[in-house]
Amino acid sequence: MDFASSERAGAQPKEITSAKIVVAGGFGVGKTTLVGAVSEIEPLTTEALMTSAGQGVDDASKVPGKETTTVAMDFGRITMADDLILYLFGTPGQTRFWFMWDELIRGAVGAAVLVDTRRIADAFAPLDYFENRHLPYIVALNCFDNAPRYEPDEVREALAIPPHVPLVMCDARHRESVKAVLVQVVEHAMATLVAEQSGGYPAVVG
Amino acid sequence: MGQPQDPRGNLVRPYAVTRGRTEPRRDIPIEAVLVASQAAVQEARFAGHDKYRIAVLCEAKPQSLAELSALTRLPLGVARVLVADMVADGLLSLHSAAPKKGFTERMDLLERVLSGLRKL
Repeated sequence: MDFASSERAGAQPKEITSAKIVVAGGFGVGKTTLVGAVSEIEPLTTEALMTSAGQGVDDASKVPGKETTTVAMDFGRITMADDLILYLFGTPGQTRFWFMWDELIRGAVGAAVLVDTRRIADAFAPLDYFENRHLPYIVALNCFDNAPRYEPDEVREALAIPPHVPLVMCDARHRESVKAVLVQVVEHAMATLVAEQSGGYPAVVG
Repeated sequence: MGQPQDPRGNLVRPYAVTRGRTEPRRDIPIEAVLVASQAAVQEARFAGHDKYRIAVLCEAKPQSLAELSALTRLPLGVARVLVADMVADGLLSLHSAAPKKGFTERMDLLERVLSGLRKL
């Protein structure tokens, strides 16, 4: 569909589809650990440039004299078939890089917001972000050792998570646990899509 | 330009490799997948060091724009300009650049991803 017209590039006849799931959350909450638990490659880091003004992503040269800073995003890959690849992208942790999140969530299947129960307040900003975006998301409590254990309902209430947003417990270090989180994201995305299709459900989350 | 040594090392003047161009010829999503044929790799030998490296990576296996940026250590925006050029020049084929629209298409993709996750 979107092949270059040249024959030279046309050796691969099959269209490859890629999908992505976004893993969001505060700084140090375990996003890269989660990605690494299921990725077939060591998580890679891509860097985008921005000006100190926080504008013009990757466009530093347009604003000569402005300081540039780099925004790092970690990601992993799961090759599901020779024509299907799933990418998992961790968001930059610092809130001032939110404009970068907009690029990450564009076209994404869905997102998981990872929450550390020791620093629950860090989740407010990411949750707020997804409340205002048209992207299905779930909340995953990363159960660190020594972290206080809360009942999911307590966390839901504390963070004012809407009832239709799934909330799960997980251990970002463990493959099976992370798999379960990702399955939840996709199932929630399917349920949201079906609900939108039938028109009986608020299309925009929040 | 008379400025002190920049501690960011190889990120200094990153757009030098694109000759100052910051706008890609087309927008390429970060997860879009790129593939190069053997013939394209041969041709990319004459397209400059960075484009050649990108072609080699995409011939070995399909790679996303994000992977190409990470593996070549080029900032995302720089990699995007180069990759867009290479697609326009027929050195790379671009896959999965258009978002899935429509209920059936989106649901099919979700079902495939779900079954792929369960098989992990």
